[in-house]
Amino acid sequence: MQERANPAFYALLVALIFMAVGPIFLMFINSFKLDVDIIGGTTGLIFLPTIQNYETALCDLLWYEPDHLDFCSLKFGGAFINSLIIALISTALTLVIGCMAAYALVRFNFMGRDTVSFTTLMVRMVPPAVLLVPVFGLWNNNFCIREDGFAGMFLPESFFGRGGESCLAGTHGGIILIYVAMNLPFVIWILQSFIVQVPRSLEEAARVDGAGPFQVFFLVVLPLIKPGLAAAAIFTFRIAWNEYLLASALSDRDTRTVPILIVNNMSEFNVEWGVIMATGMLLAIPPIIFTLFASRQIITGMTAGAVKG
Amino acid sequence: MSTARANRITPYLFMAPAAVIMAIALLYPLGFMVYGSFRDWDPSQSIGETEFVGFKNYVTLWFDPAFRESLSVTLIFAFSVVTAEMILGVGLALLLDRNIRGMSLLRTLFILPMMIAPVVVGLMWRYMYHPTVGTFNRTLKSMGLEGVDWLGQHALLSVIIADIWQWTPFIFILALAALQSLPRSALEAARIDGATAWQQIIHIKLPLMMPVLVVTALLRLIDAFKVLEVILVMTEGGPGLSTEIVALRISRTATEFRELGTAAAMSNYLLILLLLFTIGMFTLTRLQEARAKRLARQIQEDE
Repeated sequence: MQERANPAFYALLVALIFMAVGPIFLMFINSFKLDVDIIGGTTGLIFLPTIQNYETALCDLLWYEPDHLDFCSLKFGGAFINSLIIALISTALTLVIGCMAAYALVRFNFMGRDTVSFTTLMVRMVPPAVLLVPVFGLWNNNFCIREDGFAGMFLPESFFGRGGESCLAGTHGGIILIYVAMNLPFVIWILQSFIVQVPRSLEEAARVDGAGPFQVFFLVVLPLIKPGLAAAAIFTFRIAWNEYLLASALSDRDTRTVPILIVNNMSEFNVEWGVIMATGMLLAIPPIIFTLFASRQIITGMTAGAVKG
Repeated sequence: MSTARANRITPYLFMAPAAVIMAIALLYPLGFMVYGSFRDWDPSQSIGETEFVGFKNYVTLWFDPAFRESLSVTLIFAFSVVTAEMILGVGLALLLDRNIRGMSLLRTLFILPMMIAPVVVGLMWRYMYHPTVGTFNRTLKSMGLEGVDWLGQHALLSVIIADIWQWTPFIFILALAALQSLPRSALEAARIDGATAWQQIIHIKLPLMMPVLVVTALLRLIDAFKVLEVILVMTEGGPGLSTEIVALRISRTATEFRELGTAAAMSNYLLILLLLFTIGMFTLTRLQEARAKRLARQIQEDE
């Protein structure tokens, strides 16, 4: 059912695609250029591509020593692994916890249901910047296990650092906790609209056959809402992977994520454009892959999340 | 009997993990922030050691010209990006609402800008805006024109342009989805009655899309207050205070000036502002639902 359209529309389409992808393509090209080429002004595509920038960025992961580096100062590889751990674990947790909650909200009538559903909606609008101060304070001072406290008795001494206490700040767990909490409202909201569409008769049939509520949920409902789960997973991963502000407040030298490293490098006096572009490209690759392979799910999720909003 | 009891606990079992996590990591911190905003609080102190100062933080902020400046920058930023994005996004959707080849490719590539990290968006645009090596000034100079001081004199405008690039696709895709779910019969009837393309848009398409568009605009507005990383990477709030949005000021007050109490009060101001917008959004959707119901009833009665 293709209509024959005016060539002007195709021109417009091409222009729009160029505008949307142009900056990303520019970053991609520049990440393969030496700084001399970027600054020297040989615009266009005629240059000698090099992977030197990527070698500099990933020097702590390489099994060989690149010739152009005397010292590996950018610990990008470690940050990349931190980002992966944090994003994957928080996505998995958010999904499991979120779809259970969404199921309860859609299918059961229980006391406090309206309160929960209203609270979930309201906290969706809280910006990360608002959480910065309290989360920084709590994670550093209140959410701690003291060695002389109750829980401390069950843990080995090596678990505690200086001062006889171990806090949530500076651990992967601390960052994961806040990401899960931040993403839950959105995931619950999106999944509700998918769970509503699951026919009740299917669940009842399973119940008649003797399945308990958890079996019904995991074996009947979950497989049916796979597209919704995919959309929710992509959105959660995107936030956890891209977030900067809270991670920068909560991480220490060993738990730094990629966005923090990029911002730190940006604010230095002498910007090495090539390396910066390479790190940016590495950070952008996972979301780009998701988009190219699952754009349909992303668009469905976006419409489901907004139309009901 | 025991199955009845089991059935009664089931929803709570399903709900419990989410409720616990949101209580510990969202609601408790929010309460903690309100509590801390009434205190004189230094990052090295734990909250127990701080001094209660009443509304001092709020009053100081209210009369603080720098805070007012950043509040107005935030409002200008948020409203101008939403206005521009709505016009562009809806306009493009109306223009491109037809079955032509390449639409699905456009949609796929169009969501790329919102999927990649704000930090990366910031660095791409900072490069393109760069006074000497940047793409824009280089293009201008190769055409024999003067370069523009993008991130200096026109910093706020440049930041707004970057946000428009990133988020217009969001509006475009939602508007397109709304357009394609319009009742075909109404459009068909208008076409038979000889309505021109313009008349169709103004009298039929836009009014029918309105509910979705209002919600989309408000969602985008609330999100526009969350923008931080793009601006941080591009300008760090500068030059001067010209692009320092409230979120950025909160983070600077907390980390650079080390005044957690003031930063908490500032967060609370931002939260109250957003609360007002959210309540506005709720009332609007409720009103629309009520109107739709009334209309449906009327139609039924007419039959």
